[in-house]
This record gives sequence, structure tokens and C-alpha cells, in this order.
Amino acid sequence: MPQIFHHSTNALAKLTIYGAIFILVAALWVTAELNRSSWNTGQWVERQQPVQFSHKHHVGDDGIDCRYCHTSVETAASAGIPSTETCMNCHKQIWADSPYLEPVRASFRTGKPIEWIRVHDLPDYSYFNHSIHVKKGVGCSTCHGRVDQMPIAYQASTLQMEWCLECHRAPENFVRPVSKIFDMEWRPVNTTKEEIAEGKSLVSKYRIQGANVLTSCSTCHR
Amino acid sequence: MADEPHNLDPQHTTTPVVAPGLTFASVTDKISSIVLKRKTPIWWFAGFAISFILFQLLLLTITQLLFVGIGLWGINIPVAWGMDILNFVWWIGIGHAGTLISAILLLLRQQWRTSINRFAEAMTLFAVAQAGMYPIMHLGRPWLAYWLFPYPNTMGIWPQFRSPLMWDVFAVSTYATVSAMFWFVGLIPDFATLRDRAKSKPWQILYGLLAMGWRGSARHWHRYEMAYLLLAGLATPLVLSVHTIVSFDFAVGVLPGWHATIFPPYFVAGAIYAGFAMVLLLTIPLRKLYGLQGFITMRHMHNMAKVMLATGLIVGYGYVMEAFFGWYSGNRFERFMIWNRMHGPYAEYYWALIVCNIVTPQFLWIKRVRSNLLVLWLISIVVSIGMWLERFVIVVTSLHRDFLPSSWGQYQPSMWDWTMFIGTIGFFFTLLFLFIRFLPMISIFEMRTILPEAEVEE
Repeated sequence: MPQIFHHSTNALAKLTIYGAIFILVAALWVTAELNRSSWNTGQWVERQQPVQFSHKHHVGDDGIDCRYCHTSVETAASAGIPSTETCMNCHKQIWADSPYLEPVRASFRTGKPIEWIRVHDLPDYSYFNHSIHVKKGVGCSTCHGRVDQMPIAYQASTLQMEWCLECHRAPENFVRPVSKIFDMEWRPVNTTKEEIAEGKSLVSKYRIQGANVLTSCSTCHR
Repeated sequence: MADEPHNLDPQHTTTPVVAPGLTFASVTDKISSIVLKRKTPIWWFAGFAISFILFQLLLLTITQLLFVGIGLWGINIPVAWGMDILNFVWWIGIGHAGTLISAILLLLRQQWRTSINRFAEAMTLFAVAQAGMYPIMHLGRPWLAYWLFPYPNTMGIWPQFRSPLMWDVFAVSTYATVSAMFWFVGLIPDFATLRDRAKSKPWQILYGLLAMGWRGSARHWHRYEMAYLLLAGLATPLVLSVHTIVSFDFAVGVLPGWHATIFPPYFVAGAIYAGFAMVLLLTIPLRKLYGLQGFITMRHMHNMAKVMLATGLIVGYGYVMEAFFGWYSGNRFERFMIWNRMHGPYAEYYWALIVCNIVTPQFLWIKRVRSNLLVLWLISIVVSIGMWLERFVIVVTSLHRDFLPSSWGQYQPSMWDWTMFIGTIGFFFTLLFLFIRFLPMISIFEMRTILPEAEVEE
């Protein structure tokens, strides 16, 4: 009876068996990486808006406070998108004839709001409230990054649950003093003993609840 | 293997493990011819067609379930674990006979296991496949079932390791993996036999791939024996662990009728009981249809009936103890639970269960009953139904009457509960029919080792 398989099949068979482990591990690793990549999360992806609006110019160069436009950030769940009238407060006077601002003037004339593209879109099953975070020492830049350096706004964080929990499990590493909430440059530095102690004292000063409350399912999934 | 000449065994002179007159060649020929030579009998096509049609009911139910959700089934608060969980326990229990036969009886050197182990292992594997589907479909969002496994996910959390439902995931997936490995490793030498005997090229290649280059050299056999023994060692604790953990799903809950320390042994015995009933249910017609009486002898039937009787008595003891401790606890909720089982809205299920599982197996004390295959077959059916009723009583009666009368309710399986159950039966038999057609249902090489020809003269 002739051989069914060529001699080389032996090598192939061994390769498949040993290879299976590596292929499996590689597949899992690739999946994990893809899940966390900006391809999946939308992190770092610049969102083109109907108006060529630059946060870098308004925040960085002009020094306008976040709350001038995002008025409800201290009082409501949503930080709020400014109405066209807010834009027109200034742009009635400056750059009043700029062709770039025609969509804004058109919106002002017709009363039809500008359709801004959402940059940070949390899933509907997670409850998020801006006001409580701002009140308890979480600054804008902690989640939104250096908005003052963004000509076109992008999502600075993954918005994945592991990212939320990073802070909810250890808020002392992220909270800042009240005066620094809207400071774009403030960064947590937890290197020296004093800095770590300050984070802890802020947590007790703000009366931030323990991790058992902050990481309870129903804190965010209501 | 053969420590003593099998035909001089004083106790079994009339019913040997294997019929006299068989040789190495005739055994190989007879078993492999079912797969390779013999014309596929008409009843095979009929059986396969019926099973395959029933299998479509399962696909239909699952498709419907994915679109609609588990509201399709009759479950609701308070009975949130209806037929989906009881069928899971039923199927997984059936699998246990396979593991017991292949692992424990191998380690105990029970030679009679040889002609039924391959078949019982296949049955185990197919039953576990059915069982596994139920909890996954019960999840509500089955496409996220991988969340049950601990992997570094983007949610930054681990599954709840303190939950027995989590232990279940590990118990059942380990069980399925080890059973599949055991089955496949046991098949390798037989794949090689089929490869060498197959006439057409595609079959030679297919069986050749599965045989993984088996040549039957002494080194191959040495490694094979070692691997098989190691796997048997791995599988042995599984016989006890899997159904123990399934019983924890209930026993860890604080519900009357579930929160009992007797649950693990009682569930394991019940599983083996149900498993042997299923093996008998399947082998009795099969040995007749394929003329395998020489391999699966009356001694096998007697032994399996005896295992059924023994485990049936343990299960019966479990029922008696449940009732006794319900009363003896002095706890009004426990007492009510037992009273409710006996006299409540599901009383007929309870009494049917007592008749099926305690009364019926008592006939197995009689040798004439054990020798009458028709009666034995009928008893196996009754026991299978009885074990289904047992899980129904455990799941439903405890849930529908808990501590607060305001949360009492009734449970009625919906049409989809039944289509899913019938569908899994169809799937099980579909796999079984494919198995007996394309794989040797009796281990050829192990049969050869128990022949008189294999007894080496010193």
C-alpha cells in the first residue's frame, strides 16, 4: 500500500500542534490590543465640526474660562453645548464678517441650532454627572486632556470602564484643589510623600466615598 | 491487563465479558465493518432524519430567542430558573456515566467497561454539549457569554468568583475539555485501523489526519498508555466535582429545599443513576440492531443494572433525608417546603418522581428483571423521566413558594421551553447517529486485549 501522506507531513503536523499555542495566544493578544486601540475607542480621533472652531484659540490664546460656554458643568449632569447666541456675544463685534463664521450667523438668523458633532459619547447604560465630579475635585483636563492645545477637539481618554475605575478605585491619585479645577496645566504628581498625603487629605476634605461605594455597580449603572 | 484467564472466572462462567470464539481479526473486522463496509441500514437513515428534524426545532428556538429574549420561555419572577436550568442539570447528569465508566472503572481495572466505554464517552460529550447550551442561552445576552471567563477585559473587573454560577463555568468547561480529550486520545489507535482499512482516498486522508501518524510501534503504545492513564486520573475527580458544583448552584442559595448539605452526594449519585439509565437506553437497541451481543454481553447489562440499583438507592436515601430533615429542622419554612412538595400545586410531580426513582428501581433486585432486556429498557426510560422530574421538583417547588407569601407564583413552561428541550434531544441523537455511522462505537484495540488470544503464557 502506498503512503497516504508525504514525508513532509510529519513536520507540518508538529508545527500545527506547537503553533496552535502561539496562534491562540497571539489571537488573544491581538484582540485585547484592538479592543483598547483608538480604532475601537475613538480616542485621539479628531472630530471635524460644522464650524471650524478651535479650542486651542479660544481657551489657549484667548483664555476664556470653560464655564463661559459649558455653563451647566457645575450644576447638571451635562456640561452643556453653548447656544449660537453665546457665540454671537463676541462675534457680533469681532470677526463679524469672516466667511468661516457664516454657519454661525446663518444659525443666528434662522434660529436653527448648529449641529455640533459629539466628541465624548458615553454609552446610555452608564450614568454620568459632570457636576458631582467638578464639585469633588476632578478637573476638566483629567478626563478631557489639554483642550487648550486642541485645534480640533478629540476624545482624550478611552472612556472604557477600566479607565473610569482607575480613578473610582483610587481617587486620591487624581483629585485636585478647588482652585485648580479649571486649570488646564494642573497634573497630578504623586511622587513625594507630601503629594500623596495631599491627595488623601483632599479626598477626606471633599468627603469622597470609599471604593466600596464608588465601585458599586449601581453607582454608574442605575 | 488479563490477570486471570477470563473463562475460569468462577462467578461468571455463564456470562463472560466477551463471547467465546472471537479472535483479533474477527473483532477488528466486525467493529470496523460497521463504519467501512456494511451498507448503511435503512433504520439509520430514518433515525437520523427524525433526529435532524427535531434538531431544527432547537435552531428555531435559539434564533427566536436571540431576537425576542428569554421572555420567550415560561420563566418569570419568582420562578426564574425553569426548564432551562433543570434541563441543564438533567443533561449534565446524563454525561456522568461516561466519565465513571471511562475513568473510574479503568483505574479499578474493571474489564467489562471495555466494550461500552467508547460509546458512553461519546454520549457524555454529546450530553455536555446539550447541557452547555442552556445556561448560555439563559444569560439573556448569549453573545456576551465570554464575560464569564476571567480575562483582562476593558471593564477592569473580574467575574464574581464567590458565585457558584462562576464555579459552574469552570466545572463544566473543564469537564467538556477533559471528556473530549479522553475520547479523542482513546480513538487514535482505532483511527489508524480505519485509515489502514478504508478503501477510498478521501476517507484514508480523513482518518489518517485524525490518527496523527499512529504506527502502533512499542514507543507509541508506551506513550499512549501513559497519556490515557494520566487523563483517567484527571477525569476521576471530575466525576465527583462537576455535579457537586452543579448542586452548589442550589445549595449555596438560602432557599428552603436548596440549602442542604446532602446536595452534593445526592446530586452525584443522581447523575450516575441517570447516566447509566441513558447508557442502557441506548445500548439495548444498538447491540440488537448491529448484532453486537458478542461484545456487549448480558454481563454488561447486569452490571449496569446493578450500578443503577445502587445509585438509585442513594438517591432514594436523599429523598427520605430531605423529607426527614424538613421535619426535624423544626424550621417552619423547611416544614412548609416539604408539605408543599407533597400536597402543593406540584404534588403530582413529586409523587411521580417517588414512583419513578424509588419504586421502579426496586425491580432490579430480581435477576429475571435484569435479564429481560425489554423490561430493563423500560425501567431506564422511567428512570430518565424520574430524574427529569426530580430536577423539576427541586427547581420549581422551592422557587415558587419562598419565605414571603406575597412573592409566591406559579410556573408553566411555554411552548418554546418544550421546543428547546425536544430540540436538544434531536441534536443529541443527531450527533449519536453520526457517531455510530462514522466512528467505531466499540474500542477495537481494547477489545483485542480482553480476548483469550491476548493472554500471554508465561
